[in-house]
Amino acid sequence: MTTKLFGQKIQRVEDQRFLRGDGRYVDDIGVGQDVLHAAVLRSPHAHARIVDIDVSGVLDLEGVHLVWTHDDLTGPMADPLPLLIPHPALTHGRTQFALARDEVNHVGEAIAFVVADDRYVAEDAVASIRVEYDLLPPVVGIDAAREASRLVHDDVPGNLAARLEQENGDARAAIAASPHTLSLDLTVERSASMPLEGRGTVARWDPDVGRMTVWTSTQTSTGVRAAVAAKLGLDLGQVDVVTPDVGGGFGVKINHPWPEELLVPLAARTVGRIVKFTEDRREHFISSAHERGQVHHVEVGYDDDGRVLGLDVTFWHDNGAYIPYGLIVPIITSTQLLGPYKPGAYRVVFESLYTNTVMVTPYRGAGRPQGCYVMERTLDAIADALGQDRTDVRAANFIQPDEFPFDQGLIFQDGRELEYDSGDYPASLAKLKDLIGWDEFPRFREEMAAEGRRVGIGLACYVEGTGVGPYEGAHVHVETSGKVKVATGLTTQGQGHATVFAQIAADVLGCRFEDVEVVTGDTRRMPYAVGTFASRAAVMSGSAVHLAATRAREKALRIAADALEASPDDLEIVEGVVSVRGTDTSIDLGTVAVLSNPLRYAFDEASKAATQFSVGDPGKPPVAEDDEPGLEGRDFYSPERSTFASGMHAVIVETDPDTAEITILKYAVVHDCGPLINPMIVEGQIQGGVAQGVAGALLERMAYDESGQLLNASFMDFLMPYVTEVPARIDIDHLETPSPLNPLGIKGAGEAGVIPSAAVFASAISDAEGFPITAMPISPSDLFDLRERRKETR
Amino acid sequence: MPEELHEVRLVVNGDAYDVRLPARRLLSDALRHDLGLTGTHVGCEHGVCGACTVLVDGRPTRSCLMFAVSAVDCQITTVEGLTRPDGSLGPVQQAFLECHGLQCGFCTPGFLTTVTAGLREQPAPTEDGAREMVAGNLCRCTGYTNIVRSVLRAAELAGLDSARPPEAGG
Repeated sequence: MTTKLFGQKIQRVEDQRFLRGDGRYVDDIGVGQDVLHAAVLRSPHAHARIVDIDVSGVLDLEGVHLVWTHDDLTGPMADPLPLLIPHPALTHGRTQFALARDEVNHVGEAIAFVVADDRYVAEDAVASIRVEYDLLPPVVGIDAAREASRLVHDDVPGNLAARLEQENGDARAAIAASPHTLSLDLTVERSASMPLEGRGTVARWDPDVGRMTVWTSTQTSTGVRAAVAAKLGLDLGQVDVVTPDVGGGFGVKINHPWPEELLVPLAARTVGRIVKFTEDRREHFISSAHERGQVHHVEVGYDDDGRVLGLDVTFWHDNGAYIPYGLIVPIITSTQLLGPYKPGAYRVVFESLYTNTVMVTPYRGAGRPQGCYVMERTLDAIADALGQDRTDVRAANFIQPDEFPFDQGLIFQDGRELEYDSGDYPASLAKLKDLIGWDEFPRFREEMAAEGRRVGIGLACYVEGTGVGPYEGAHVHVETSGKVKVATGLTTQGQGHATVFAQIAADVLGCRFEDVEVVTGDTRRMPYAVGTFASRAAVMSGSAVHLAATRAREKALRIAADALEASPDDLEIVEGVVSVRGTDTSIDLGTVAVLSNPLRYAFDEASKAATQFSVGDPGKPPVAEDDEPGLEGRDFYSPERSTFASGMHAVIVETDPDTAEITILKYAVVHDCGPLINPMIVEGQIQGGVAQGVAGALLERMAYDESGQLLNASFMDFLMPYVTEVPARIDIDHLETPSPLNPLGIKGAGEAGVIPSAAVFASAISDAEGFPITAMPISPSDLFDLRERRKETR
Repeated sequence: MPEELHEVRLVVNGDAYDVRLPARRLLSDALRHDLGLTGTHVGCEHGVCGACTVLVDGRPTRSCLMFAVSAVDCQITTVEGLTRPDGSLGPVQQAFLECHGLQCGFCTPGFLTTVTAGLREQPAPTEDGAREMVAGNLCRCTGYTNIVRSVLRAAELAGLDSARPPEAGG
């Protein structure tokens, strides 16, 4: 029997090309060919009317081929970009134009598009364009948006894109009837995905066959394909979108189409040459998306044991200048805030507000870090008020293992009920307390105090809805060589899909792992797909690969049974060979593939076996009525609802009594994403997520000034962590509670590491300092200022 | 006015390339777009992320902060030059593979070149030494834990290499 690959730490197949410098990222496409390069003129102002754009003389510059403003766009290209995710509550959805028309609403908004011989010349040309602006007062920050004395969009009163309320029970009555109540105000600032590779798009129009090929650094090839076809007036069948290697996504590349994803193909068709756009780092800061900025107000009522009887949360979400991705982030905050807990009653209201800043779309965690932070800060405050251990208050509020499936009585981001499928939160908490040394911490604190050192411990728990629909598909093709080609339309940004999907396919088919090749995000190979977000790839495409490979296996066994004159039930497939169990009678998968396709014409020795004088029952059609030629399997996985992974983090920090420097002494993670396909990859995801979480909690923020200028739009000033800023070691333990919703029992893992970070650091720093931390991220100077202010008020 | 072009010979991974370039062409862009060596990646274009690090006469250098015309007469090594002559992975590459020291792979070439040079100076680093060796390079995916492990493993593999008799080496 072949060893099962599922669950093994298999080394990644994609690493061979990455390590040799043979990766193929979007800026690598077309190198050595006749390629033109694009550059974009971007608004230097946060809010202004465009009075005039003077492009005269630009085309006179040597090497410049094209310059466009909005005036040059026609038909659907001149309309606003799509509102991707409409929602009944999104009453005032506004999206940008591919090139600004009449008005700009954030620094960085695209105004003009130039194509030239190389990027240097294109930037020269951009610099020669003169724009006359009539400056408008900008709306920066949630306070200014709520105050609404200035409007981002003239036709959006109160800067209010949407207001959404959900309630389960009567939260306000429950709070009024509670023995204890508390109010909290909690804020989180903006950050961003910030992949090392920015956005980029290359397009080639082939006039001979009337076909557009687009390579783009995206998390959704099929989404970009549909948008390009619609905007350029092409049939879907004329557009191929190929996702090359992608240098990180973390959410920002799920939004689409970016202006350049349309302008580049249009330019390629217009000039008849390959056109490339590669975003630079400053452009990424000011023209791609941000996330996280929210202000929250909590009212909570609880009993003597810390059980939450009523929870009423209101929050304000800064969606930036436009809202193409709809209300996904605040909906996730409002629902996933509940984590592993079951408050007696819950009401949540949010307002999504426009500001004159870069728009907001999901960033790894997508609203969950804010929700987790709000819930966990609330439970810490309850524990503090009651003088109880923080873990006891959590335990008192947990959903118990025998209560699944557990319906939270709300509607989730996919329009489905927020119903948890499985989990074991008390067991996770027990593991976490052991891993971090929760019960031993008071003694450690005393020892440290004796040395004049200040330490604190914190924990945070989360539940993550993963594997959201609507569906993903897979195609599995066993070639006549015995090689197995697997394709998913879903894309890859470093998660190791080529490895884990090959593990799944090889297990099902009984072929060698080395014989499986996986292609992701290429619409030519799988035109039906949704995209990579919400920790859904393993669950959705993993399940689809399993189902598609199962179909291919069934067909292989059927054909082999005919060929070997045996019953399919007596066959096994090991190392790519189908044999009658316990005998020497066998046929390899490649030959089965040959036989699966009745031929008129032989093209090599093997194929002679499949020609019309060699195979088939002369009394029957060569291809049966309900069959088709080829050894292939295609299937789709479409779950009723999301599957809910969970986890808990704990951290011990030291805060310097003089400088307020914050040092991580120990970091522990307990994680439950069901059975692990490849534990090495899952741990890598957690480690990377924790680092991003540390960054979001202690380092990274978008520093906008009152005029809407982003002051730290470079890697010099935006403090992305180096190795020196992240924990040297993360202690990780797993629970594996299977999901009943998919054939492999798996749950998503991609975002988990980042979700509880703001919560866990706020908890630990509060514990060290003896006062609550209510605004994240927190830098040493923030903490220093907080200490000074407390001294003054005392 | 057309840009003035300069005849430049760049020596990369032991191969000489004769190209005509404007003076302002960055070494990173010349390597990628003029020489077709796309293994070197550009992450920030202001010398902070380290993705574009190449070895210039053996020293790790940000190729986005250097003009190609100033790299004349230098021996340049890029990630493409780190594999063994027989095509198998060099010790640093092999270590990153074994230790899952990469995810999206975009920053990886800069780490590989940096560590290659670092291990020449410090062939047997401590864990702290390994961290310091990569402390000037940004990675957004891995959280660095496995990169530090990769550095330590690379030191082991490189040590095995140098202990091997020359005729047995690749």
